[in-house]
Amino acid sequence: MNRKKVAVYGVILALIVAIYALVTGLSNAGVLNSYYSGILIMVCINIILATSLNLSTGFLGQLILGHAGFMSVGAYAAALFTLRAGLPDSIDFPIALLVGGLTAALFGLLIGIPALRLKGDYLAIITLGFGEIIRVIIINLDFTGGARGLRGIPRETNFSWVYLLAVLTVAIIFAFIHTRHGRAVISIREDEIAAEASGVNTTYYKLLAFIMSAFFAGIAGGLYAHHIGILNPSKFDFNYSVEILVMVVLGGMGSITGSVIAATVLTILPEALRDFSSYRMLAYSVVLICVMLFRPSGLLGQYEFSLTRLFGKLSGSKGNKTTKNPASGGEKGA
Amino acid sequence: MGFISQVINGLGLGSIYALVALGYSMVYGIVQLINFAHGDIIMVGAYAMFLLLTVAGAPLWAAVLGSILFCVVAGVFIERVAYRRLINMKAPRISLLITAIGVSIFLQNLSQLLFTSSGKTIPSMFDLGTLEAGSLQVPSGSIINILTSVAMMVGLSFLVNKTKIGKAMRATSEDAAAARLMGINTNHSIAFTFGLGSGLAAVGAVLYCNTYPMITPYMGGLLGLKAFVAAVLGGIGSIPGAMLGGYVLGVAESLTKGYISSSFTDAVVFGILILVLLIRPAGLLGRNVSEKV
Repeated sequence: MNRKKVAVYGVILALIVAIYALVTGLSNAGVLNSYYSGILIMVCINIILATSLNLSTGFLGQLILGHAGFMSVGAYAAALFTLRAGLPDSIDFPIALLVGGLTAALFGLLIGIPALRLKGDYLAIITLGFGEIIRVIIINLDFTGGARGLRGIPRETNFSWVYLLAVLTVAIIFAFIHTRHGRAVISIREDEIAAEASGVNTTYYKLLAFIMSAFFAGIAGGLYAHHIGILNPSKFDFNYSVEILVMVVLGGMGSITGSVIAATVLTILPEALRDFSSYRMLAYSVVLICVMLFRPSGLLGQYEFSLTRLFGKLSGSKGNKTTKNPASGGEKGA
Repeated sequence: MGFISQVINGLGLGSIYALVALGYSMVYGIVQLINFAHGDIIMVGAYAMFLLLTVAGAPLWAAVLGSILFCVVAGVFIERVAYRRLINMKAPRISLLITAIGVSIFLQNLSQLLFTSSGKTIPSMFDLGTLEAGSLQVPSGSIINILTSVAMMVGLSFLVNKTKIGKAMRATSEDAAAARLMGINTNHSIAFTFGLGSGLAAVGAVLYCNTYPMITPYMGGLLGLKAFVAAVLGGIGSIPGAMLGGYVLGVAESLTKGYISSSFTDAVVFGILILVLLIRPAGLLGRNVSEKV
């Protein structure tokens, strides 16, 4: 079993490297112009956002409506860090991303403590309120550039960085879900009372998952800030939070594979269908309602893509013992 | 006398919150759903008013009645199409919530497509100028708001506590399964609750249009959210609580506007929400219900 695991991880790593090599090769050869690589960067950023939201909404079962708010906190914190800290270029970018993630996590902690102590849907309301308030505050503050936006952020995000971080995010969240802590988080989704009765500290695990979510949203924000170069507070509105939520819901609440696929498709599709952009949110809302009505767990449900299972099927051996939640499964990045 | 007129203005604003909060509170009491689309019903009502007054040229009373009726129908229709299936299959609450958000986004974007995102101005409605009592000056709109909201609450209390359909509503919210065994058509009482809540939201919309004659497709979002905060503040599920929460919130907002800064009103509202959740999660007039296992 152990050797098999090593082999699976090796194949996953090889796949990840192969995709990276393919994309960089194509862009070096000039096949991918800057427009396309810009879209690819947004794909990776949205993958980070969708998988991190999936941790709270899909695995923990708490609806969060202010994910864009955490992203904006991270974006502003990271951007202000690179603009003000004056560190040399080579090291300031990773530190800025970390600062962005930690700031977002801090906000997550402050919001999560009152909201998560309670049962029910208060987190949805509070995060929604937070997303709106943080925008108002950013517009009214001086050092964030106000409504004009924050300009002149060095554009240090490139495909290597976002790809690395997207892979890392997916890997960390996937690994987290399969630890003892991850199972505690899932048990809260399944039945909070039963989880509490079995000795799971529900408030602690809710906070943990929520803060992790916020942290990765902050990182995505930092990447976004250094990709676009200009931060405009109105970008991070309720609609953007909903867009991320649609990715999670459509892909499947509790399926990281689903989030990755949905984030990829829903980032590329609007670019391809620019002529219909005024109908986009209308279509999203109809999709949300229909998916909830007819397939409440999302298109992929809790299905995860698993290399082990695939190998098992291909070789026809009995190796496909891993059924629903592949503990030894693999996760394909991007 | 600036303080007293600020308070009266606040009560006027709070009346609108209170009427909308009643809808949130009733729906939450009966199906445990935060109906995100409820705020957008205000917007639907406001645009119905706008169309009836300007395009159709209806008289004021007909426009008011028409918009209330339209909202009632819209509320019942939304419940039938979007929620009933989920309610009856006992779907997890998060599915219902996501559906409600879907409905909310749908309404906002539909009206943006139909009426563009720029605001529309409602012609003036009940304008009695400014009332003066001694040195005290109050806009008549605030007084109308307060009187209407009180009348609505008295009517609603009568409906819920004294009539047969009110009894059915209370029974459904107490225990839907047992109510069904007693021969109550819970689907009907849930639909009735949605219709009633939407009608009250439409009354709120009429008052809103009278007080602030500018409407946009997104006006319902923040308004609805604040009304929800009012419902939580008063104790969700309680009718007098929703009214009290609405008034407290309106006064708090008006005083913030008057004495601190108008850009901080939203922050104050959500600050209140967080404080309530920390100190008294059941709200001012709510009961602490222990969870049955």
